[in-house]
Amino acid sequence: MPINPDQKLNHKLFDKTAEQVTMRQGFGDGLVLSGTADKNVVALCADLTESVFMRSFKDKYSERFIEVGVAEQNLVTVASGMAAMKKIPFIGSYAVFSPGRNWEQIRTTVCLNDVPVKVIGFHTGVSVGPDGASHQALEDMALMRVLPNMIVISPCDSIEARKAVVAAAKNGKPTYIRLSREKTTVITSDHTPFEIGKASIVFQPKLRSVKVDVGIIATGSFLFKALNVAKQLESEGKKVIVMNLATIKPLDEHAVISLAQSAGAIITVEEHQIAGGMGSAVAECLAKNHPVPIEFVGMKDHFGQSGTSDELIEYYEMGEKHIYAAVHKAILRKR
Amino acid sequence: MAANSSPLTDDKIAQLTKKAAEIRISIIESLIEAKSGHTAGPLGMADIFTYLYFHKLKHDPKNLDWQYRDRLVLSNGHICPVLYATMAHAGYFLVSELKTLRKFGSRLQGHPHREFLPGLENSSGPLGSGLSQIVGMALADRIDNGKSSGKQFFCLMSDGELDEGNSWEGAMLAGKERLQNITAIIDRNNIQIDGFTEDVMPLNPLVDKWRAWNWHVQEINGHDFREVDRAICEAQSVFDRPSVIIAHTIPSKGIPEFERKFEWHGKPPGTPEEIETALKALRSWGGRVKSPDHNS
Repeated sequence: MPINPDQKLNHKLFDKTAEQVTMRQGFGDGLVLSGTADKNVVALCADLTESVFMRSFKDKYSERFIEVGVAEQNLVTVASGMAAMKKIPFIGSYAVFSPGRNWEQIRTTVCLNDVPVKVIGFHTGVSVGPDGASHQALEDMALMRVLPNMIVISPCDSIEARKAVVAAAKNGKPTYIRLSREKTTVITSDHTPFEIGKASIVFQPKLRSVKVDVGIIATGSFLFKALNVAKQLESEGKKVIVMNLATIKPLDEHAVISLAQSAGAIITVEEHQIAGGMGSAVAECLAKNHPVPIEFVGMKDHFGQSGTSDELIEYYEMGEKHIYAAVHKAILRKR
Repeated sequence: MAANSSPLTDDKIAQLTKKAAEIRISIIESLIEAKSGHTAGPLGMADIFTYLYFHKLKHDPKNLDWQYRDRLVLSNGHICPVLYATMAHAGYFLVSELKTLRKFGSRLQGHPHREFLPGLENSSGPLGSGLSQIVGMALADRIDNGKSSGKQFFCLMSDGELDEGNSWEGAMLAGKERLQNITAIIDRNNIQIDGFTEDVMPLNPLVDKWRAWNWHVQEINGHDFREVDRAICEAQSVFDRPSVIIAHTIPSKGIPEFERKFEWHGKPPGTPEEIETALKALRSWGGRVKSPDHNS
């Protein structure tokens, strides 16, 4: 299997027994770890303590937990004030509310002030499922990556979410972390390297000298779909590299350009509007530095609707067969 | 460093009156130079800013990171000419720098930007967010130092920005948390861009609204140093809830021709006649105000 051994991914990755854990659990674990390591870590919640997995932190450090009620504008502006007093605030709500509803407050009181508030957006993507379009955030990365000073991270699984939270607590910068609602396959392990701003190659041809047909750049839980497609393509004789792009901003330009140079065609895979998302960030980079054909798998300017995760991902053409089709389209476009 | 517990003597009032007159002149001179900016609010709040920076605030213009300083957040950032002028006169930077207001490369941005000007506690402009920021500061301080840190937390805000829902979210949380070291001061000048506040979006009964969120409420004449002092001392003696002071002010106070007119909310004196009227009025301020300071 052409999994990159340096990444020390979950050895059960492609087994049916691979663990399924929510990113929210990873966030909750990371928050407690950060709170234990640094007494300046505080958490603020807008009436969603259980849902955003802040309960453990609240139970352990009640004096550092603030409940603001259903008021996301207040959530972030209070956090901004706390950060001005040397605190490291984590604010958690559904991404349509935060950073959706409170975007201007994030812009002015967090980014313009350049204070280290950590905005955690939960329930992103259509995989939120039955709650329907109003609760499926598909625009959050676009909203956050246009803000100067803001770091944007989209972890691929529960473990990476935990590591992202721990790293964000130490980075001294405004930071956005987007998370999914449902349980997702655990792709990484405790030993997988994680560094903000660094992309990683998780799947590559065994023979490094071989000519590569295509590069797939994925972010979030859809990395697992990209890996499944890569595995199938490999069995069909195609040479594929898969990149986990967990940090959308700052973009690991060197890694993205290198991949485009070796693969000659790129597919981006994300559970977000194509406009303004990770694919857009990659396209901006490659258009300037090394233009190659790019196919974008993501939401095509629609709102979602109610349904199961699988139904919705298929309906909106973000499933594995759509990634597979995008790969072939991109390869055909190579000169 | 100003002392914050000394009594407000007649001599001190005379000094403050003189200082406020100087600050008003600096405000209008900087606005004339900038050729844009807000006139009514800065002039209306000059007395309260003067009182805070020259009598009440625990601060040190030469030690900006002094951790025991009081915190002052300006929520309605558009009245920053009064903040800048007061800070300059208090020694944060040279008064001559006020002439750079709103110009390229200036530290005195059109709306306050703390990355440009050290000494600002927050960047502001979009309305309604300052109160929540001071709530966050007070909460952080309580986590670190308990309820008696000795720091006071001031939020200066406008009546017009109470149209913003975010203002009331902050008010609710401060009431819930009983943040007794917060004093919010509302510039109740009754005007906003589109007209009088009670026509655009009625705020009254304003006292009842704040009481309903469990705040201690006082109403004062915002141009009377004795009333300002008494209200702030009372606010700081209330130990079970945050305080709000509704300070009735006259927009454009000091230029009789401009006073109480909402047209002067968002523009500086522009024509030669307007400039002459404004400067003449402010430069003769000492002769018009009732002041015990006969030397001014």
